[in-house]
Amino acid sequence: MQEIEIADLRKITEIIQSSHDYDFTNYAMSSFKRRIQRVIELYKLSSVDALVKRLEADQNFFKEFLSEITVNVTEMFRDPTFWRELRDDIIPNILLNNDTFSIWHAGCSSGEEVFSIAILLKEMGILDRVKIVATDIDHVILYRARQGMYSMKNMELNGKNYIQFQGKSSLTDYYREEGGKAIMNKDLVENVEFREHNLVIGDPFSKFDLVLCRNVMIYFNQTLQNQVLKLFHASMHKYAYLAIGAKESLIWCEIANKFIVVNNEEKIYKKIKD
Amino acid sequence: MNQEHLHSQYKAIVIGGSAGSFQVISAILQALPEKFPIPIIMCLHRLKHVRTGFVEALNIKSAKVIEEPEDKESIRRGGIYLAPANYHLAVELGNTFTMSTEEMVNNSRPAIDITFQTAAYVFRNKLIGVLLSGANKDGAIGMKYIHERGGITLIQDPAECLIDTMPKAALDITSVDYTYKTNQIINFLLTLHKQYVA
Ligand SMILES: C[S@@+](CC[C@H](N)C(=O)[O-])C[C@H]1O[C@@H](n2cnc3c(N)ncnc32)[C@H](O)[C@@H]1O
Repeated sequence: MQEIEIADLRKITEIIQSSHDYDFTNYAMSSFKRRIQRVIELYKLSSVDALVKRLEADQNFFKEFLSEITVNVTEMFRDPTFWRELRDDIIPNILLNNDTFSIWHAGCSSGEEVFSIAILLKEMGILDRVKIVATDIDHVILYRARQGMYSMKNMELNGKNYIQFQGKSSLTDYYREEGGKAIMNKDLVENVEFREHNLVIGDPFSKFDLVLCRNVMIYFNQTLQNQVLKLFHASMHKYAYLAIGAKESLIWCEIANKFIVVNNEEKIYKKIKD
Repeated sequence: MNQEHLHSQYKAIVIGGSAGSFQVISAILQALPEKFPIPIIMCLHRLKHVRTGFVEALNIKSAKVIEEPEDKESIRRGGIYLAPANYHLAVELGNTFTMSTEEMVNNSRPAIDITFQTAAYVFRNKLIGVLLSGANKDGAIGMKYIHERGGITLIQDPAECLIDTMPKAALDITSVDYTYKTNQIINFLLTLHKQYVA
């Protein structure tokens, strides 16, 4: 296949914007390009122009495209030390001043991390005191998150992570196996509201005590990262916490001075200024 | 060494290998002068779920500081970077890094092909690609791409490799400028360095 050039990417983002009202112009070029390449191969399209045509004409194709273009790879308790830090320090701190609190899980993908946080809260005995809103741009993946059904193949890794997280029981206590699938206990996510939300154009819709957004902003360029950080800032109570992925950083962002680093290893920040 | 190759101003050196290349990598890093100016970006296969230890072990052996970059960090002159566990490491236009948690490539995350291809895209003929000993074919396509974009390709001599699948896979699909043993790789870099100081 021909090398995809920047001009091609521009054509694609323009058509997405004009025909479907989604804006991918500020996604990180290197990964966006690979996703486009992947879609072209997956749908056996002959060229970028063929993709552009299809995007223009076919509303249903766009839905699939949106779902393929986003990277949904996730795990339960990825970076177990992060989840330990949440359980042992961050959440106890939130509880000092609040009986109940709220969590925004932005870019929740297929929900593995939503179940992680739910299990964590349940083991702390406070699951019913926490309101969780889990959002993603990709409605297909949100459907899977709501289903809470994962291939048993993945549960091996999830289970290993859970052991390193040093949970109170065994991950197997939280699901039953059926036809090669792990079906998660539904009561874990009873209080979770799953909803579609696009970080690029989304407005703040509430205020939270903890925002989790791990491995989402790596797909954005710095312009968009700055913008999304402002959205998070506006969506957080003063002294609320924000957690991003292990290899991300906020320190260079325009409004970094409105946050302090609580834990640099696990990339947890606290809002200190409105 | 080709004189033309020697006189180019390189923007980066990318090095790929498996965890078994640790010895070679540390020998190279140990031999590098502290002021070696060309950024070095390493993508080595490693355990996906062991986040710490690798970069620390490399640092013990080297006078230079080796770091795992963060997302959107700028690539600095003289910087030495290692792809972190469980993330792909890509070079972005504007001379920064981008992380990604995409699917594994060649059964690997980080994948050498991704680091090499994105570096070649950004640095074109100002890039040197080095592929060391390793057990699968990750990196071969990356080397091909580096060659096509006018960069230099160098492999560790398969005769010296513990497992030679990786460099041989590159030889199979692309033209390789240099086939070197570890000490020759080191000499190559030292010769380059003299050129920069001069
Ligand atoms: C790699 S997953 C991260 C999953 C999980 N947080 C983790 O770290 O394992 C990235 C998610 O971000 C979502 N995403 C990408 N762009 C987005 C946007 N503009 N708004 C909201 N979510 C987005 C993708 O659909 C995908 O599910």
